[in-house]
Amino acid sequence: MFVKRVPDTESKIKINHETNSIIEEGLNFVLSPYDEYAVEEALQIKEAKGGSVTVFSVGPDEAKTTLKKCLAMGADEAVLIKDDTGETFDALRTAKIIAQLLKTKYTEFDLLLFGKQSVGADSAQVPSMVAAMLDLPQVNVVTELEVDGNAGSAIREIEGAREKVAFKLPAVISAQKGLNEPRYETLKGIMAAKRKEVPVITLGDLGIQPDDLAANLRMAKMESPPVRESGKIIEDEPAVAAKKLAEFLRQDAKVI
Amino acid sequence: MILVYMECRDGKIKKSSLETLSEAKRKGDEMSMETTSVLVGHGVDALAPEPFRYGASKVYILENALLGHYSPSGYTQALLSLVKEIKPEIILFAATAMGRDLSPRLAAKLGVSLAADCVEMIAKDGKLEVKRPIFAGKAFASFTFDTSPQMASLRPNVFSLAEPAEGQGETIKKEVSIAEDQVKDKVVETLKAEGAELDVTEADIVVSGGRGVKGPENFDLLRELTDILPHAALGASRSAVDAEWIDHQHQVGQTGKTVSPNLYMAFGVSGAIQHLAGMSSSKYIVAVNKDPEAPIFKVADFGIVGDLFQVIPPLKEELKKILSE
Repeated sequence: MFVKRVPDTESKIKINHETNSIIEEGLNFVLSPYDEYAVEEALQIKEAKGGSVTVFSVGPDEAKTTLKKCLAMGADEAVLIKDDTGETFDALRTAKIIAQLLKTKYTEFDLLLFGKQSVGADSAQVPSMVAAMLDLPQVNVVTELEVDGNAGSAIREIEGAREKVAFKLPAVISAQKGLNEPRYETLKGIMAAKRKEVPVITLGDLGIQPDDLAANLRMAKMESPPVRESGKIIEDEPAVAAKKLAEFLRQDAKVI
Repeated sequence: MILVYMECRDGKIKKSSLETLSEAKRKGDEMSMETTSVLVGHGVDALAPEPFRYGASKVYILENALLGHYSPSGYTQALLSLVKEIKPEIILFAATAMGRDLSPRLAAKLGVSLAADCVEMIAKDGKLEVKRPIFAGKAFASFTFDTSPQMASLRPNVFSLAEPAEGQGETIKKEVSIAEDQVKDKVVETLKAEGAELDVTEADIVVSGGRGVKGPENFDLLRELTDILPHAALGASRSAVDAEWIDHQHQVGQTGKTVSPNLYMAFGVSGAIQHLAGMSSSKYIVAVNKDPEAPIFKVADFGIVGDLFQVIPPLKEELKKILSE
């Protein structure tokens, strides 16, 4: 299980134009929403089939709070891979770290679960990249998952339809909203999570040299979206208003 | 050389792939770079002439019976051998469900990064600078690449489709050698949604409903409006989806889809910040809401303060009239 700490979706994003980064001060950081579905799915599979759930996050010390939430939900173990670099928007970098972790320290697993994308970087690439680096099957944007022995079947969302994919375990799965209904942490879970240690692994522990992670994507600039001016707001009788709207669409916007 | 991946669905090349090819050709011409394309699958030869009409000088066909159905691992294997042979400087995909699944797998195999879901592409000194939304469009970041090939996926519905021309080029067919165990994640069935509804990310017009729609049955009213309008899809706010009035496929916003249609029509959508992030790049926005203070009006080009249940019926009639003219 791999999770990320992100600003919540109610956040207003402000930019520091000197450093081309977002201003984190005042933001409320949470477990990335799609990751919640992945955690829940891992817990449900464990409850049905046995096994254990270990959650990893690549990030700063603050990501421990996110990992504690996963422990409170019911994960068995949580491990921080400490990386203070900050957001690079370079999925290859994160994927390399995770692949190295799975090649060296945590080599035994049946399923690697991710959220379909982090809310923020919105790249949706780390799961596919990790699958590629480990030569594993991948199914992204999954809304239904079934595991039976070493055979898996998943339904993934595509434009206006769904695809059923067959694969063998171990495999990489990324979770889409709709996969399940994530549980709330219980008080008991929160208390237990407080007592649990979150071990920290450094990039050095994984034998990763800074050069191995040299940026491939170089940020040229970060900017806010263009501000939209609000247009004409009317309060006429419905029939009149509807006529005016239709005229606007035809004559001004020319969209019909 | 620029290589553009052509996605096939239902025996046709997807419009978003042709949009990507059109943009590739425009930038390729600026950089004096050849623009080529690639088709992967089984029995896709008949589609080969189509990319020529949008500016491709070559169409590579990667053929193998094992690739008749999509598989990210199998398709990556096929593309990898071609890329190693022809060494393109730039590889582009449409940022569709398939494109976003496949392109990072290929990028990782090539050891390069990829900029996903780009909305702008600039040619600078023979290289690309791409702009992509982050935080679902609450901000934008522009990137250049330090490695080669430069890889990006381009958001559907953003880049204009070139006027198809009488084009000719070279078709190069390659039998891909691939073992069955290299196809690790094969699509075994495609389950079509009822009436095969158009996806919000691909529609010219999105008709969206929020909490003000009040219940699942009332989405039929929006559906009727969607049916009247050309190339329109049904959207929804998070509160409507969370109330289970409509499937998540329709959700627009930060935990749903980000859309950039020509026209976005919001009915009973208040305009929470996470929703606005997902639709503010629409060309035109119109809104109908009972609450004159609703934040959606701040981004609307045309707003009606009123009851959607009273506005939609006469609106349908007006639109039918206009569209039949």
